[in-house]
Amino acid sequence: MATDDAVSARTEPSPVVAALRDAAMWGLITLLLTGPVVGLGTVASSGTYGFIQRWPLVFSMTAIAFAVRFILMMTVWRRRGAPAPRKVVADLPKSLDSLRKLFIPVFVLLAFAYPFISVFVAGGMTPGRYWIDLGVLVLTYILLGWGLNIVVGLAGLLDLGYVAFYAVGAYTFALLSMNYDLSFWVCLPIAGIIAAMFGVLLGFPVLRLRGDYLAIVTLAFGEIIRLVLINWREFTGGASGINRIPRPSFFGFEFVPSGPTSFAQFFGITHSPVHRLIFFYYVTLLLAFVVLIITIRLRRLPIGRAWEALREDEIACRSLGISVVNTKLTAFSLGAMFGGFAGTVFAARQGYISPQDFTFLTSALVLAIVVLGGLGSNLGVVFSAAVLVGGVEMLRNLGFLKQIFGNDFDPTTYRMLIFGVLMVVIMVWRPRGLISSRSPSVFLTERKTVSAAMVHEGRG
Amino acid sequence: MEYFLQQLINGVTLGSIYGLIAIGYTMVYGIIGMINFAHGDIFMVSTMISLVAVVLILSIGITAVPVILLLLLLVSLLLTSLYGWTVERMAYRPLRGSFRLAPLISAIGMSIVLQNYIQNAQGADKKSFPTLIPGYMSFFNEGSFPVILQYSQLSVMVVTVVVLCIFTWLVTKTSLGRAQRACEQDLKMAALLGVNVDRTISLTFVIGAALAAVAGLMHLIYYGVTDFYAGFVVGIKAFTAAVLGGIGSLPGAVLGGLTIGLIETFFAGYVSVDYKDVAAFSILAIVLIFLPSGLLGRPEVEKV
Repeated sequence: MATDDAVSARTEPSPVVAALRDAAMWGLITLLLTGPVVGLGTVASSGTYGFIQRWPLVFSMTAIAFAVRFILMMTVWRRRGAPAPRKVVADLPKSLDSLRKLFIPVFVLLAFAYPFISVFVAGGMTPGRYWIDLGVLVLTYILLGWGLNIVVGLAGLLDLGYVAFYAVGAYTFALLSMNYDLSFWVCLPIAGIIAAMFGVLLGFPVLRLRGDYLAIVTLAFGEIIRLVLINWREFTGGASGINRIPRPSFFGFEFVPSGPTSFAQFFGITHSPVHRLIFFYYVTLLLAFVVLIITIRLRRLPIGRAWEALREDEIACRSLGISVVNTKLTAFSLGAMFGGFAGTVFAARQGYISPQDFTFLTSALVLAIVVLGGLGSNLGVVFSAAVLVGGVEMLRNLGFLKQIFGNDFDPTTYRMLIFGVLMVVIMVWRPRGLISSRSPSVFLTERKTVSAAMVHEGRG
Repeated sequence: MEYFLQQLINGVTLGSIYGLIAIGYTMVYGIIGMINFAHGDIFMVSTMISLVAVVLILSIGITAVPVILLLLLLVSLLLTSLYGWTVERMAYRPLRGSFRLAPLISAIGMSIVLQNYIQNAQGADKKSFPTLIPGYMSFFNEGSFPVILQYSQLSVMVVTVVVLCIFTWLVTKTSLGRAQRACEQDLKMAALLGVNVDRTISLTFVIGAALAAVAGLMHLIYYGVTDFYAGFVVGIKAFTAAVLGGIGSLPGAVLGGLTIGLIETFFAGYVSVDYKDVAAFSILAIVLIFLPSGLLGRPEVEKV
């Protein structure tokens, strides 16, 4: 009996000891990693470099790593049973299903009432401005996310250069309205069509490529567009971008304090610059709904089914006579068109664009929104756009942390750091995205929601 | 002719650095089939470690250049490898066996984390590195355009060749290399035959990071400047090189690196500096249209 105990004790140390050992290892790693880079900050001083030493920070980070690891080892990671069996049908209770039906109208209503709610809650037009602006930003990313969802989520083509179409839309609107004096409403469809043409332009050469080869060529395409925008100074204004893009008007009424075409005067309300923002909010919202309805309808048409079939198995598609060329090109061009719409709205809202707005980071952000939301899920895009764009934007308001860490502490510089951590953590926590179950578009007798494990990934 | 030779020297130097980083991409892709997007940033972290180390070493009072270089290489190699290992452990291992886009997003997240971590720790300004290897050889002095081979360029090429020899020996002759090649062919089968797959993958990341550390030091010695964003452009180019050479193929990565380096310098030298990156990316697209699996890659055979 005693020997048995001794043997088991030797082979398997007590969980506390194991956890301590593990936590100590991670503490040491943190110390080694942060020691030279964080502990010794290089500062240029008189032609050479000096150090700012931040050892207390390094040691506290080490302590935090140790503590977090230890707590996790003792709680969450303690039980390591056999992995759960693969679920074919997602076990959503019936009540949740009906909740979902109720959820969508509430959501739509909330979206429509949002500007008024924010003005009301913030207590006035001017304080509400920030929230409406944030709403427009989130909506723009939702629009982009739904566009990319067609390419990546439905057709399974990994596109890392989606920002190119966003840029094409923005520059088309800016250049047309600056040089030819065309209005926003004329430019919007033109920008969409030109972006779609760029989509075909990208689509043609990459028809034969798959997976990561496709990813790198699309990435290269995005970079090429950005570099051309920077370097073709006569046409695009170069790195300094385009300034003073004309603002759209509301059926001919402009958002100016007074005059014959003043929006405020015509409706007999006091002028506020926030009116234009509210107008933009609704323009973006309507565009988003148009895009959503087109997407939902297309999924039921043969072309939408062909996208999903292509994602699941390209060879099977070919042997069944689906034209891979048409399927891929429509996916690329439709996705690009929606990106172009988003770009137009962006340029009109901002009034100023430059190539800095269209870096790879934006592509990565949109892709992250699509994947974190759950590939192919339209609702997921809404959630993850709200979390990633809205939530990260919220981090700008962490001024109160100054009272804790002292006045030198600037929370805004940690915004992107937290954003990156969030991306990794959500992915590790839910690799299939926030909304991972799917309703199949084709079914035999009854519609069952399919669990994430059964949805194919699409090799492009 | 002299101008051509000069561009050739510059191109090969740049290409060597790309090649070293590209190996890290291609190795990881070969084994677990993921794009390690954070690899460019690992390279950037290595340049920062080298920078901190060189300031530290100079402040201690060591002035012998070979000693400095050796110390730098050692410190940067060890710490960067640790970074590579940690990134794999934290961001990729939990996603092993998950669907393909999950590790990609996690890698993009990791890349953002590393960039902002360095920006917060070391500041956003461009950092300059002291000139450790000054001087140059010059040829064709009697002509109008002497060709200059800087000693720093020469050392980049020599170090690259030496490192590649060590690396080739590691992959072809050691048991670790055998395990790696086994994992590359069939992960499940390798595991069944007693290869410790997790350990092999970890070591792959460590080797990739070590090569990136060498590339980082070479980059600093040759260009003498770095910042927190330096990893992105170099990383994209190196990844382009890996794909151009045929992703998964180790000689392909070096070949692709040299090709991209040469295209870039020749285009900058003869056509336009502004559009050199456009040229590199366009040639990538054109090559892939005609050779969809890169220069030396094996065509993907699909079984139905």
